[in-house]
Amino acid sequence: MTLQPGRLGKTPRERWPRPVDWRRRWLRRALVTVVLLYVGILIVAPIAGLVAGALAQGLGPVLATFRDPQVQKAFGLTLRISLLVVAIQAVFGTAVAWMLVRDDFRGKKFINGLIDLPFAVSPVVVGYMLLLLFGRQGLFAPVLQTLDMRVAFAVPGMALATLFVTLPFMIRELVPILQAFGVQQEQAAATLGASGWTTFRRITLPALRWGFIYGVTLTLARALGEFGAVLVIGGGIQGRTETATLYIYRALDERQYVAAYSAALALGLFSLLLVLGTELLRRREESRQ
Amino acid sequence: MRAAALSYLALMLIIPLLVIFQDGLSQGLAGLWQAVTQPVAWAALLLTLRTSAMMVLINTIMGTLTAYVLVRYEFPGKPLLNALVDLPLAIPTLVTGVMLVILYGPQQPIGAWLERTLGWRIIFAPPGIVLALLFVTFPFVVRAVQPVLLSLDRSVEDAAATLGAGPWTIFRRVTLPPLALPLTSGALLSFARAVGEFGAIIIVAGNIPLRTQTAAVYVWGEVESENRFGASAVSVALLAIAFTLILVVDLIQSRRQEGGGR
Repeated sequence: MTLQPGRLGKTPRERWPRPVDWRRRWLRRALVTVVLLYVGILIVAPIAGLVAGALAQGLGPVLATFRDPQVQKAFGLTLRISLLVVAIQAVFGTAVAWMLVRDDFRGKKFINGLIDLPFAVSPVVVGYMLLLLFGRQGLFAPVLQTLDMRVAFAVPGMALATLFVTLPFMIRELVPILQAFGVQQEQAAATLGASGWTTFRRITLPALRWGFIYGVTLTLARALGEFGAVLVIGGGIQGRTETATLYIYRALDERQYVAAYSAALALGLFSLLLVLGTELLRRREESRQ
Repeated sequence: MRAAALSYLALMLIIPLLVIFQDGLSQGLAGLWQAVTQPVAWAALLLTLRTSAMMVLINTIMGTLTAYVLVRYEFPGKPLLNALVDLPLAIPTLVTGVMLVILYGPQQPIGAWLERTLGWRIIFAPPGIVLALLFVTFPFVVRAVQPVLLSLDRSVEDAAATLGAGPWTIFRRVTLPPLALPLTSGALLSFARAVGEFGAIIIVAGNIPLRTQTAAVYVWGEVESENRFGASAVSVALLAIAFTLILVVDLIQSRRQEGGGR
């Protein structure tokens, strides 16, 4: 699966300008206009609407929203879960990607197909699966009871749900890089006497750097915005399992529109800056080379 | 490394999937079929498939057109358009739903105007669902088609033009055929993503059984009302759809790689 934000080169420059007759010119204008209108209505207008909706009563109420301890707590929880998930995904994503590229065993193809599945599974179903495992009558309920641990309607369950949902991103970024990198440099390091761990740390990891950067960005963006799965497994208990998205949902329900819009704007803006920041980083790297 | 990777996958993916299949099939295939075809559940599944199919139709056409315009033409604002394509990947789907309600909600100027003058109801109705799905899946087709289009040899098109073919014939007979496989895989991916969508839909569609309730929303309702079997049955149906689609996309992509990797 390839979903890499804006990583495409420019059209190769033609050696001679193409002769354009007037009919082609009109066709071109018409097609460009249709596409711009479509993107304008589908994507730009809703974003403008959100900005206008949040700022409808000026900047004061927006700022007041973020002084609300409930909102701060919700955003804090989202951030905590997302960072935890990114860390776990970085470690195990590397292990899985390494296995998929370097290792060979029966059933590898099946595993490879399975990795993309979370991408297509409904978040509600993800939350529900975890409830079946960790809920009151869940499969693991007796174990959890003896350990006196809570997973469902608590933060660990929400972290698990977010892990499931973000599983493919890191792996799918690392696999192609690992494939392209090959084993020559690692073998050279080994011949020079480097141990397995040193080779991995000094040769393989640095080569994977851009995969990590993209993987972290995509994982983080997805984790910050997760809603369905954390709603079902976390229950959205105010002050305890309420993340930023769950707060937005509740605020809408309680008709606190400005608060809901402001929080939605902040969350959207945050993910957006994240993706844009990565893109800028890549451009700088490209122009340096 | 293999042990760590496999146990992680088993714990995160395989055990949860097995549990839900076991629960959904606990009353046999007949029981599962009965729970899925129960009127409210069946209506939810049909609505999900219908709105997703509608989205795929529009997305395939507009996504291809957007990729074509981005690859072939120079115009002011092109880098901006290229960046806008990825935007939906960065915006939480719940926020997408909120945006659409602000714009087209029945109490908002545009929404009220559309309903009064054209009789179009968008929010709390199927068109809103389609719109939300279009927003969420916009990058999929564009980003699947764009690299292939970029790699095509344009001299073949020029040859067709010299031989007297019109722009539409050239597009249909020369440009489109190599795009067929990536286009299909992009369309199927967007369909798979749409069938499970929840965050944007719950805001845009409301939750009216038999009318605007999609399958994912139905599962949520059954979980909330502790109707365990109803939730499991429709979950299994959704998972089966997801499995099949991902399998087909995988097949297409491995065929493309074998075919010389266009």
